[in-house]
Amino acid sequence: MSNRPSFEVGALSVLRPAGDEAAVLNELSWVLMIVCLTVFIGVMVLLGLSLRRNRPKLPASWLVIGGGIVFPVVVLTGLLLYGTARTVGLDRARPPDALMISVTGHMWWWEVRYQQADGKQARKDVVLANELRIPVGRPVLLKLESADVIHSFWVPALGGKMDTVPGRSNRLLITARAPGVYRGVCAEYCGIQHTRMGMVVVVQTPQEFQDWLARQARPAAPASGDAALRGRGLFMSEGCAACHTIRGVTGTSGTTAASQRGPDLTHIGSRLELGGVLRNHRGAMSHWIASVQGVKPGARMPSFWHLEQNQLDDLSTYLEQLR
Amino acid sequence: MSAPDPLLPNTLPRPADELVRLRAAWRPRSGLGALSVVNNSQVGLLYIVAAMLFLLLAGVLGLLIRAQLAVPENNLILPGTYNQIFTMHGTVMMFLFAVPIVEAIAVFLLPAMLGARDLPFPRLSAYAFWAYAFGGVGFFCTLFVGLAPDGGWFMYPPLTGSEQSPGLNADFWLLGIGFIEISAIAGAIELIVGILMMRAPGMTLARMPVFAWAMLVTAFMIIFAFPAVIAGTTLLEMERAFDWPFFIAERGGDPLLWQHLFWFFGHPEVYIIFLPATGLISTMLPALARTRLVGHDAIVAALFVIGALSFLLWAHHMFTAGLGTLSMSLVSVASLAVAVPTAVQVFSWIATLWRGQLAINTPSLFLLGFLFTFVLGGLTGVMVAVLPFNWQVHDTYFIVAHLHYVLIGGVLFPVFAALYYWMPVVHGHLLSERAGRWVFGLMFGGFHLAFFPMHISGLLGMPRRIYTYADGLGWNTLNLLSTIGAFVLAAGVLLFVIDLLRIWLRPRQEHDNPWNAPTLEWLPTESYSTRSIPEVSSRYPLWDQPGLAGQVERGEHWLPGTITGFRETLVITPRGTRPHHLAILPGDSWLPFLAAFGTAGFFLLMTIKAVVASVACGVLAVVCIVAWLWQTDQGGSRTVADIGERVQVPIGARGRWSHSWWGVVLLLVVDATIFAAIAFSHIHVAMLAVVCPPPGAALPAERAVWLACALFGGSSLAWWLGGIGRTRRVLSHWQVLPVLAAVGLGILGSYVLVDAHLLAGLSPRRDAWSATVAAMLSHLGLHGVLLGLIGSYMCVRVWQGLCGPRSVASYDNSSLLWHFSSVLGVVVATLPFIVTWWMR
Repeated sequence: MSNRPSFEVGALSVLRPAGDEAAVLNELSWVLMIVCLTVFIGVMVLLGLSLRRNRPKLPASWLVIGGGIVFPVVVLTGLLLYGTARTVGLDRARPPDALMISVTGHMWWWEVRYQQADGKQARKDVVLANELRIPVGRPVLLKLESADVIHSFWVPALGGKMDTVPGRSNRLLITARAPGVYRGVCAEYCGIQHTRMGMVVVVQTPQEFQDWLARQARPAAPASGDAALRGRGLFMSEGCAACHTIRGVTGTSGTTAASQRGPDLTHIGSRLELGGVLRNHRGAMSHWIASVQGVKPGARMPSFWHLEQNQLDDLSTYLEQLR
Repeated sequence: MSAPDPLLPNTLPRPADELVRLRAAWRPRSGLGALSVVNNSQVGLLYIVAAMLFLLLAGVLGLLIRAQLAVPENNLILPGTYNQIFTMHGTVMMFLFAVPIVEAIAVFLLPAMLGARDLPFPRLSAYAFWAYAFGGVGFFCTLFVGLAPDGGWFMYPPLTGSEQSPGLNADFWLLGIGFIEISAIAGAIELIVGILMMRAPGMTLARMPVFAWAMLVTAFMIIFAFPAVIAGTTLLEMERAFDWPFFIAERGGDPLLWQHLFWFFGHPEVYIIFLPATGLISTMLPALARTRLVGHDAIVAALFVIGALSFLLWAHHMFTAGLGTLSMSLVSVASLAVAVPTAVQVFSWIATLWRGQLAINTPSLFLLGFLFTFVLGGLTGVMVAVLPFNWQVHDTYFIVAHLHYVLIGGVLFPVFAALYYWMPVVHGHLLSERAGRWVFGLMFGGFHLAFFPMHISGLLGMPRRIYTYADGLGWNTLNLLSTIGAFVLAAGVLLFVIDLLRIWLRPRQEHDNPWNAPTLEWLPTESYSTRSIPEVSSRYPLWDQPGLAGQVERGEHWLPGTITGFRETLVITPRGTRPHHLAILPGDSWLPFLAAFGTAGFFLLMTIKAVVASVACGVLAVVCIVAWLWQTDQGGSRTVADIGERVQVPIGARGRWSHSWWGVVLLLVVDATIFAAIAFSHIHVAMLAVVCPPPGAALPAERAVWLACALFGGSSLAWWLGGIGRTRRVLSHWQVLPVLAAVGLGILGSYVLVDAHLLAGLSPRRDAWSATVAAMLSHLGLHGVLLGLIGSYMCVRVWQGLCGPRSVASYDNSSLLWHFSSVLGVVVATLPFIVTWWMR
């Protein structure tokens, strides 16, 4: 269990916003909860009174027309006007300074590609899985698509959810307010590992973000040391490249069929988590490779249980160097 | 004993053998023959028992879900199995419990509540019940062999398409639902015609109990909502079986098309379950609170408004699908608007409680439990109808909590109140009041312990449909509480079952009226319902018509015996003021049972590709149905019946006075709505296509299409000729010729149309546009096969001299089907042209 990421209570809470959009949703949630709870208590008091023996006389039509029609019409109209007024700002088409990132749902992982500055094309060089990094304070427009079935992208601290639907391209605007690490999940049932289709969103200062992006744009680090060299050999001989890209080693991400099957591993060593399930630290990598099916049953990657421990260590050493 | 009232329809004393003959006509078969009973109050009882069994089975699945989620990272159930379990829990609860139980209660209670001897189509009810029972049990058993569906109860493609779900699991869902569709629609037709035509004389619509109103609205909703899911499941099954890409985006299909079709059914479905429950509440409340219902008219109006609004807000299940904020805002307004008529009902009930004095007993406790839980569930419904809030809580445990508050609080609690309240009508015995309070306490307490924490776990971000969850997110305690609560709730249900078995083993006895209830089902009854059919002059007849029970039981009201020796009931005039004619109802028969067995066998065996056995079952079903139809339309020797001292009515009726004619009309409404859903699919994918028709596809030659339309018209003309003069004389032998011509012209028209499409290069696998055209042609083809059968059947009847003034229903009703199909043919032929022109 030590390989599992440590979660914080409320890490996925709707009521702990860390972004502009989520803050609006949070405020709305509280208003709705308070209004509805008040109405509930009011109706229950009325119901309780109606059971008492000495209750005041009430004209029946007053209850039916007043309580049944006038009261809900007034409350609902109020809620509707308030809700609409508060959400108008959330639906901006594309703020001029927005960062464009495309997120594609796969069974059962998220592919994240950074867009060129013009937002029209995906960069070929920055591709991640299950991890999204964004600068604080800048609006981020996510282009949400699916490679197979319907998924739903949801990072509660940053905003509402949006489905990824095959054949369609949906958009979601998020603007983070504070640096930190936030968690996301797939919210639409998508098959056997819907449960473990998690992701992290890392919010950084603009400078940190730019530095990180520059590092990610570089091709993979060359293997250094005997263990890593042996590991790279194993990566090729075990057929890992059939599904995974390591830029500079296996080809360019986005141009081969491989990139559609499994996550790009060019900078796997720099990621916080593996498979959306394990904390990326020493030992976790070989655990993942040897027993994917134990950690994430049903995932599309087979367990490489036949590898010896020293082979796993070599492979992990190599992959961990890919920072 | 009071003196005979000269104003009553019949006088005393009654002839000695009258009651004996009445009993003989209605005596249900016993022993093994009990399986062949068709009387709705007996079938209704079987129906209720079967639905309750599915409640228990699906409840056990719910407990398994809760056991797995009791602690984080639990390994009790494998992920794949868990996915099958939650899919089956939802599917069985919605399709095999909730819809059947409300129809079952209606079928059981309404004949007595309306003062009818039976509803109009007893054999159809028996068929619907057995199709449901066989199909439901077969469907449930797939769980034991690991073949149960695992795509969630709304089965979104592409996850459920053949690429991602190659196994039989999804097919079992698509076909398993078929049985429920059949039985729900059959039940709806039965209820509409029964409620509108077979009430006791004097029971005008204004005097009808609210439960009957609720079922009337519900039945109409079923008629319009279920066709969408029939079309949807058929299209998905065709996609899986033949690779016709309705929902595959790469070939021009759209996964969201399924969501539109499913929720166009799925949202009204919620109200289809809920409205009858409110009807039960409104009907029990006056007796329990000892006063008349406040706002009766407002409640009835609210039922209609809710029924209509529920068809406008299917898209509120798709708020996160990216359909655009503006259009979704309109859906949001409609969703909020539903709260108004619902509030009208709630405040009318509170006003009734305010005016009366509620006696505290088990039914009234469940009624209060309903109000408490449902108001809370309704308010969370208001919350999720607000778009931005929905974006956060959609597909989380907040929704799981909301839907269980609405369904358990809004439906299960009223159903339990009804079971406690009406149990004497079933068996003559009340359930234990002491145990009942425990049952209520355990169920109510367990329910809130189980489901209230889910609101919080949902707000803390717990998505639905996950088989386990990580430690440390703050969900652990909440989930453990939910699990404990679920088992407490189950303990309450178990105690109920034990108490039920206890009284079930007692001998049946005549029921009295323990709640001093005002409605007709509390009159003394036997298998023939009441001895005589009461003349009703009030909305609360047992309160306002003193001595009614005695008069009815002595046979002083309408039809105190059987005139023809068969089962009979009265059909009233549209305003319900007086009897119009006597309808003869069919008696017990094995045919519906065997036909249902054949139907279920056909679908289940076809799913596992046992083709020979499957076809054998299909033939059995068709043969049984034909034999059943043959028996039903037999003219008797009498034409008029003395149902009262001075009142004679005709026996049987034709055209719009005949219940079977209306049954067929309603069936055609269903048929037309199914076609409308397929046509909607065609328009939907046509609008998505960049050019229409898409590259490679083409419209057929116009001349061939006009020829096909002309042939369909000719077919209808020939059919009309074949039936000329049937109301005055028995049809002559020569009239077989136009009937045969009608069959031939219809088949020729279909052939010309299909051939024109094939010549134009129709290839349903290539793109969704072609697939939808092929689906419309298939729908037409099905009518071709059906009319071929009907045409041959009618030829035999005409030749045998069985079509004439005394047995005119077969030809009348077939005519409806015939002309409808011709119109359908013309629409199928021309729709692709119209859509293409419109798109240009």
